[in-house]
Amino acid sequence: MTDPFSLTAMDIFRFATHIGLTHYLLLAALLFAIGLFGLLTRRGIIPALMCVELMLNAVNINLVAFNHYLPMPDHSGQLMAIFSIAVAAAEIAIGVALAFRVYRDRNTVNLDDLDHLKG
Amino acid sequence: MDFMAVQTEILILILLLATLVMDLAIAKGASRRPVAYLTAAGLAAIFAHTCGLFHEGDSPVFCMGLFIADNYALFFKQLFLLGMIFTVLFSLDYAEKCLTCAGEFYSLLLSALLGMCVMASANDFLTAFIGLELMTVSFYILVGFRLSSADSGEAAVKYLVVGAGSTAVMLYGISLVYGTGGSLDFAVVCQNVHLFYAAGLAGTVLVIVGFFFKLSVIPFHMWAPDVYQGAPTPVTALLAMASKAAGLAVFMRVLFAAFPFLGEYWLPVVAGFSALSIIGGNLLAIRQTDLKRMLAYSSIAQAGYMMAGIAAANYPGVKAVMFYAMLYVFANVGAFAVLSVVDAERGGTSQRHVTGLSQAAPLLAAVMTISLLSMAGIPPTAGFAGKIYIFTAAVDRGHLWLAFIGFVMSMISVYYYLQVTKAMYRDLAPEEEALAAPLRVPPAAKAVALISAAATLAAGICPEGLAILTNLASRTFMQ
Repeated sequence: MTDPFSLTAMDIFRFATHIGLTHYLLLAALLFAIGLFGLLTRRGIIPALMCVELMLNAVNINLVAFNHYLPMPDHSGQLMAIFSIAVAAAEIAIGVALAFRVYRDRNTVNLDDLDHLKG
Repeated sequence: MDFMAVQTEILILILLLATLVMDLAIAKGASRRPVAYLTAAGLAAIFAHTCGLFHEGDSPVFCMGLFIADNYALFFKQLFLLGMIFTVLFSLDYAEKCLTCAGEFYSLLLSALLGMCVMASANDFLTAFIGLELMTVSFYILVGFRLSSADSGEAAVKYLVVGAGSTAVMLYGISLVYGTGGSLDFAVVCQNVHLFYAAGLAGTVLVIVGFFFKLSVIPFHMWAPDVYQGAPTPVTALLAMASKAAGLAVFMRVLFAAFPFLGEYWLPVVAGFSALSIIGGNLLAIRQTDLKRMLAYSSIAQAGYMMAGIAAANYPGVKAVMFYAMLYVFANVGAFAVLSVVDAERGGTSQRHVTGLSQAAPLLAAVMTISLLSMAGIPPTAGFAGKIYIFTAAVDRGHLWLAFIGFVMSMISVYYYLQVTKAMYRDLAPEEEALAAPLRVPPAAKAVALISAAATLAAGICPEGLAILTNLASRTFMQ
């Protein structure tokens, strides 16, 4: 590995044009960070669930990319990604049902307004 | 494909389907008690069956090592089964009175149990993830199961948002571990030196943080008190004992089977967070007036004690954690059996609701006191023996400071546990005389309360029986 400060224009050009594992990992990290940021800042139930969905999709990109680039691919990464998609769907289904339920009881889907439980 | 390895899970699945069909067969509006009886009887039969599965020598594995049925997993499965049987029995009347779809309640309990059993046997990140999600997703529904109470829905939403977020964090960690470790199999991951790269270490950290969320370790605990308070009382009991034990079972296996060579990195972390949970959980419990909320903070502290055993990272430590998890089940069953009777009869679980319980239902008050003393670790209850095992293991490892913190905080915890006893046994003011009226206690709840109190005392007076079992179970695991 060369010193990062001695990057030539050619190196940068090569990084930008040859898609490799790093690009997928960077994309996944970015998606995960956006999702986590949204989960911590957005206060509605539905946006929070959408952010979780972003984080889980970041995981899927990671898993599939690693599976492709690992020296001895055994498809377990792809398998895990399929299970993670299924679990995400189940969580969202329950999440939306609970959002309906809370809206019926409390007339709001804002997480900050759900403050009846405290000690 | 050795299907003998998954026989417990197959039996639970059959029972789950049977309860679903039976619920459909019973006429609309009729009592769902037969479903509960079927669940309890089926679980008791499965429990008896698992007793014969303990073995010497090699453990059966399923599907190329994805799933392993060793003694360690069997011990935890028995623990979940016990907790579930007792919960079904003491919630008979509660389910009928407070829950609208009691039939489905039992099916969901069984699917949560199935998830826990898969977790205990997981020998691969894929299996661990599937088991964890099966359990958590069932619990999201169970927490929101009390349709008549708005608090229950609120608790379920909070649990779902935090739970889904922590699942995503853990999965991201697993994906990084997969990328650096080259596999999802614990045995392969632990041999790969690439795990020491930055990405591997980051993945390990995220996996551990995900588990801390699930175990509600301070500072990842903020969801636990709200969820425990809002959930239906039997579900709270399961969250406190079974779900936590399942999380611990898979956490220990991940740490000792997948990341053993990273020990010098995670050992101080586990010890530190253990101390934080013990201190924080006990201090925050002091000012709670709602008993379910108080027990939530107490369960955070108990998770801290059990993590002190993990931080010892040796065979006595694992043994102590398993011993403690089992006796915590007995203590919790006693406390929550009483609470669900009080909740169903008096419509709440705050200290005000248990006032005068010594006159209304002397047996329940006595059982509650014994259970709380066991959680505090007062001899001759089982909690004392459990804490001795854990603290000895921690001191052996050189964590004298951790044992000291645990000891001091146990003394402090006696204060808030005895506050409940004081509320139950104090003399009633003249305007509170109505609270002394005898409480109707369902026979099943009475029997469960008695059994749990007897087990707590028996395991405290002669812990050898349980210790032999935990020895056997931890030996096959730690080798």
